[in-house]
Amino acid sequence: MSAATSAAMSAAMSASTSAAMGGALGQAEAGAAARAAGAHAGCFHCGLPVPADSRWEARIDGAHQPMCCPGCAAAAQAIVDGGFGDYYANRTEFAPQVVAGMADAPELLLYDAMGLDGEGSFTVEGIRCAACVWLIERQLTGIPGVREANLNVASGRLFVRRDAAVCPPSTILRTLRAIGYTAYPYDAGRHGAQLARERKTLFRQLFVAGLSMMQVMMYAIPVYLADDGTMDAGMQALMGWASLCLTLPAVLYSAQPFFGGAWRDLRRGMPGMDVPVALGIGAAFCGSCVALVTGVGEVWFDSVTMFVFLLLGSRYLELGARRKAASALERLQQGLPASALRLRGDPLARDTELVAAASLQHDDLVLVRAGEAVPADGIIEEGETDVDLALLTGESRTQRRVAGDALPGGAVNAAQAIVLRVTSIASDSTLAMLVRLAERAGQGKPALALWADRVAAWFVAALLVLTVVVYVAWQTVDPARAWQVAIAVLVVSCPCALSLATPTALAAATDRLLRRGVLAVQPHTLETFDRATHVVFDKTGTLTFGRPVLRQTVPVGGLDADTCVRIAAALEADNPHPLALALRAAAADAPAADGIHFTVGQGVQGWIGNRHYRLGSAAFVAGIAGGVARAAAPPGTTSVWLGAADGWLARFDLADGLRPDAATVVRRFRAAGKTVILLSGDEQHAAQAVAAQLGITTAIGGKRPDEKLAYVRRLQKDGATVAMVGDGINDAAVLGGADVSFAMGHGAGLAQLHADAVLLGDSLQPLADAAETARRTLSIIRQNLIWASVYNTVAIPAAAVGLLDPWMASIGMAGSSAIVVLNALRLRKEG
Amino acid sequence: MEALYLLVPLSVLLVALALWIFFGAADSGQFDDLEGPALRILHDED
Repeated sequence: MSAATSAAMSAAMSASTSAAMGGALGQAEAGAAARAAGAHAGCFHCGLPVPADSRWEARIDGAHQPMCCPGCAAAAQAIVDGGFGDYYANRTEFAPQVVAGMADAPELLLYDAMGLDGEGSFTVEGIRCAACVWLIERQLTGIPGVREANLNVASGRLFVRRDAAVCPPSTILRTLRAIGYTAYPYDAGRHGAQLARERKTLFRQLFVAGLSMMQVMMYAIPVYLADDGTMDAGMQALMGWASLCLTLPAVLYSAQPFFGGAWRDLRRGMPGMDVPVALGIGAAFCGSCVALVTGVGEVWFDSVTMFVFLLLGSRYLELGARRKAASALERLQQGLPASALRLRGDPLARDTELVAAASLQHDDLVLVRAGEAVPADGIIEEGETDVDLALLTGESRTQRRVAGDALPGGAVNAAQAIVLRVTSIASDSTLAMLVRLAERAGQGKPALALWADRVAAWFVAALLVLTVVVYVAWQTVDPARAWQVAIAVLVVSCPCALSLATPTALAAATDRLLRRGVLAVQPHTLETFDRATHVVFDKTGTLTFGRPVLRQTVPVGGLDADTCVRIAAALEADNPHPLALALRAAAADAPAADGIHFTVGQGVQGWIGNRHYRLGSAAFVAGIAGGVARAAAPPGTTSVWLGAADGWLARFDLADGLRPDAATVVRRFRAAGKTVILLSGDEQHAAQAVAAQLGITTAIGGKRPDEKLAYVRRLQKDGATVAMVGDGINDAAVLGGADVSFAMGHGAGLAQLHADAVLLGDSLQPLADAAETARRTLSIIRQNLIWASVYNTVAIPAAAVGLLDPWMASIGMAGSSAIVVLNALRLRKEG
Repeated sequence: MEALYLLVPLSVLLVALALWIFFGAADSGQFDDLEGPALRILHDED
């Protein structure tokens, strides 16, 4: 193997090993930290700080250990009671913090009705170290009815073989949750079992290509190094035939993806990068075989195998990076099945049963408690409440709904329990219609004309013309060498560097984005994002938090603002209303309140110490404070008043909060010459207000999902390439229809499903990083392509006039490929 | 140098053998989880 090739290979290898090494090192350090932390007063289970007044603890090895929360305490106790206390002695990392009551979720029972087989896989989260593997497998094999439990650490999947009659899936999930691991049944049909199989095949093809490349190099080197006349013809033929034997598997088995891809491209009539690759491999292999049999001309087997190996390697890395992104997205979307509390018999008796939302029938009565999502479209039968429609329509303020009003499925009940009469079954619901709209939008996505593929089409055409010209020219000069030179042209130009340029850069960039919190699931994301002329933002939940935040506190009584917020938070404890959440989030701590009583649409009252407070609308607070409220709130905000028996205390102004990084991100896009547009389902004036704050000139409000899609389609018709960023169910269709789209990680699962990429974390910053990475990726791809073109313009004429020896071609190819790979790997570096 | 006429074909056979072993290993799932066994070995106390 030439020095240049080994450089390319070791670069590619070190890319993967360094990641593994990084992981191992990180683990060792954290392990030391975990042991050291045993001494100080962190939670014994998860290592987080224990609150000063925590009364939670667990008895482990006879000693009482402090716990940060009831969840961790219960999990630790379950582990010790199960006889697995060794877990704590052997682990090298802290466990993830446990959510209390996780194991008791009644929805788990719904999995039993799904008819899962006795053999199946579960996705398990929170595996940190070797002890986790031991703990999970031991704990499960201890359950009656479980025959086998095997955890695949690489994929985070647990394979379980069980007696379906004795051990339902909910038992397994409950056991795992009891010891602190969230788990879900894994649906292989849904989550790319196809992709996994493809990856396995690719791994084998890569291995075969690598082995045959190394061995063929061994036979090629002596032939290259031998001085003229020192190697007899017999020996040369022996080396040639041995090379042929080992090249066969590389060409017939490993190169299948290229031949298959080229064949598909040709049938579609759109030659992509696979066509020149297949042509190069085919020509070099056939030409070498002919040369070997006739004894005239050169053999190129070493180039063929190296070419196949390098290309497969870059594809494997790219597929791996995208698979990691896809599985991170899958974990993000896992949730308990949608369920509903159906009322049995007399609705007044409040006798409920838990059923799957999909099984609800027309005219069923369901109870929707505060903080829960409405399971299906329906009409309020009893009660009145505020509903949060932010994900459905983009409206940021909650809406008042009373008996007789219709509610769409997916709305969140923010105030108090209501009884709902179901008016449509799941498949006819508002939600299902939005799903269908999004699916249709995805089908109508503009055809992607990938740049590299367009280049490839021209390249193929030019190359074929050139080969024919060279062949004809040599026919007149020296007919005996014409065939040989034509093959040399095909081999030398074999677009190794050209076709490596894109996948290696994309693999490195996808990996980098994953670490920055962007899951790029579709392969075209970066390229299209860089080309985008328009960036369209949704408002609620994307540019804003999608929930109110406390903007300002205006004290009007004797107490300071801080105290007022703490009193408000105390009164709002346990209230799921978005305004209550905002007040609680604004207070560092809250005293305890009792005698709390809610009045829907008015507010809340209660006692703190021996003082009576009211929090809510001005009229409600005036009921005890007397007089009238002074000073109106600024427009666009919601005001909540606080008062006590002896007078008014404070006014809280709440409004949907802009994300702190939204302005920076918008400014960066504008600086990059992209048109930024705000497209919202919320009212026009609300959209305009946000746009004005961010410096967005075009703001369009009041759009339904289909109107949003139509708007983007119109932009596309006018020649724009549209990047869409959204979060809600109402954005799913437009995300599917845009050229490239990003969904917020905290948004609706449906939106994420139809977006090309997902931003993890509750921040827009990753979007700016993605734009930067896209720009750098495309510039590296361009550098690579330019380099490949320069190499080809030098090498092809040299081959055409018959100057090139095979070994020169080999080194040239390896060298140019190494440069391309190393250049792409620069993307992995931070900065 | 005549030995090469024996050794080179032999090396081809060796590669074939290596491929056969690799495919056998891959079929039996040895490459499905490259991290788990390294963790499991530490706890094989019974």
